[in-house]
Amino acid sequence: MLLVLPALIPVVLFSVYPLAQGILLGFTDAKAGLGVPVTFNGIENYTRLAGNELFWNSFRIGLIWAFGVTILQFFASLGLALLLNLDLRFRWLARTLALVPWAMPPVVIAIMWRLMLNPTYGPVNGGLEAIGLSGDINWLGDFSTALPAVIVVGVWAGMPQTTVTLLAGLQNVPTELHEAAAIDGASVWQRFWHVTLPALRPIIVAITTLDLIWNFNSFALIYVLTAGGPGGQTMLPMLFAYNEAFRYGNFGYAAAMGNVMVIVIAVFLFVYLRSQARSRVS
Amino acid sequence: MTQAVTLTPSGPRPSVAGPNRPGSKKRARRISRPLQYLALLGYIIFLGFPLLFLLITAFKTPQELLSPTPTFFPNSINLDNFIAAIEKANLVQAAGNSLIVAVSTTVIVTLISLPAAYALARFRTKLRGIATGWILLSQVFPFILIIVPLFLVLKQIGLVDNLLGLILVYTVWSLPFALWMLQGYIAGIPVELEEAGAMDGGSRIRILRSIVLPLLAPGLVATSLFTFISGWNEFFFALVLIQDPALQTLPLTLARFVGAEGQVQLGQLAAASLLATIPSLVFFAVIQRRLTSGLLSGAVKG
Repeated sequence: MLLVLPALIPVVLFSVYPLAQGILLGFTDAKAGLGVPVTFNGIENYTRLAGNELFWNSFRIGLIWAFGVTILQFFASLGLALLLNLDLRFRWLARTLALVPWAMPPVVIAIMWRLMLNPTYGPVNGGLEAIGLSGDINWLGDFSTALPAVIVVGVWAGMPQTTVTLLAGLQNVPTELHEAAAIDGASVWQRFWHVTLPALRPIIVAITTLDLIWNFNSFALIYVLTAGGPGGQTMLPMLFAYNEAFRYGNFGYAAAMGNVMVIVIAVFLFVYLRSQARSRVS
Repeated sequence: MTQAVTLTPSGPRPSVAGPNRPGSKKRARRISRPLQYLALLGYIIFLGFPLLFLLITAFKTPQELLSPTPTFFPNSINLDNFIAAIEKANLVQAAGNSLIVAVSTTVIVTLISLPAAYALARFRTKLRGIATGWILLSQVFPFILIIVPLFLVLKQIGLVDNLLGLILVYTVWSLPFALWMLQGYIAGIPVELEEAGAMDGGSRIRILRSIVLPLLAPGLVATSLFTFISGWNEFFFALVLIQDPALQTLPLTLARFVGAEGQVQLGQLAAASLLATIPSLVFFAVIQRRLTSGLLSGAVKG
């Protein structure tokens, strides 16, 4: 109990209390500015939200973004972690490169990819042109390519955390188990499926859960890449709520959006974690 | 670039094996090795090319950037972009602010999360369930729910537009994750090792220092890394809480720079971005070796 106390106090003061207040704000008509009276308006925010098509569209985009990035990121990172766990030459190069995005601020990553995807100057279009394809795609400005393009950037940006975590997990898999399985004649694939994967499972569950939450709540990358454009095609819920709160000053309405986001993401996590907990028991 | 993404996930899959493969056949190795290198090359291009391009852009003059027949590499190494970026965007001051905030946050978070994580992992009380639930929940809640009331609270105690306020927010915001990671690493250390130490008559502190801490070191390093980098990179809270230009952190300064972006400014923008990434890369490099030569991987080789 004594050990937990130092961690408990700041969390309660600056996390639990503001959070509780934030949830309450979602049921008020609070606005920015001093001296504006705040009154509870019950579920009025939510009935307004239910009819707000822009918000639901942003929600749909947020889910596509979060799941798309998390899933691609997981497979790409698992592959890389497995490679890094082998005794390959140039492993150090891949390992170093894989760590670099982690050290980069999302704002810098966004700036870098704006350069990469620049329609006239960027090397992505340059490369397409070099192999004979049309090289005048406005990746971040076109309705059909903006969301896929930012998802690729999201995968690039989030790979280090996932890779390092998975690699740490791989290194914790006891080699004795691998040796025993190999002696029993298990193939490489069988060893992966029956030895590596079960040992890795808690870490996989933890990192994919966190990735999903992070991605759903991510802000800086998209804020700098597209600011939600073109025409709201990459308007993640966080950006939408931020605009509502700090551009239009509707604190209460923005908090209500936050409440809805929490409920949806919580439902997804509940289903996911319960299925994982069950399969571990059986 | 997009091609690399779709290819890589399936590529390396069949080539799974630990560094020790006593039972594997030589022929399988001859087939899978080239595939493994191909996959590795794919990753290196996907991960490395954008960085290379950023580097190259930072050294190009406006004339080169606007040239109708652009060359891939800059014609000469000139540092004009870097000098211009430093003078214009007030990068040094912003970097100082970022460093203060990130380092303070890391130290505070590590000090208070280590004992708490140990307690959570080892003593199975009711608190554990509550704490785990809270850790997960606090990650789930979007910042938008926290930021408005937090803004009001910090305003009351005069910590809006104040680096101390930012450190406080970052500490609370990184703590759940640090706890989550650390308690996972601690739970991964067999409790039998500690029991064996106790049987041999080791004191509690000695057990923690000689058995738990060395095994925990890679995890502890990874956790403090997470904390530092997230503090260094954070943008949203800083965007809302800091208005004074003298207190701006690097991400804020850079994001403002993007607004003024034009074709001519691309080089300066790239240079500023590179400079902003250097301190955290250095910090990373210092502890990276401890991360990779983790004790457990050493045990595998020995």
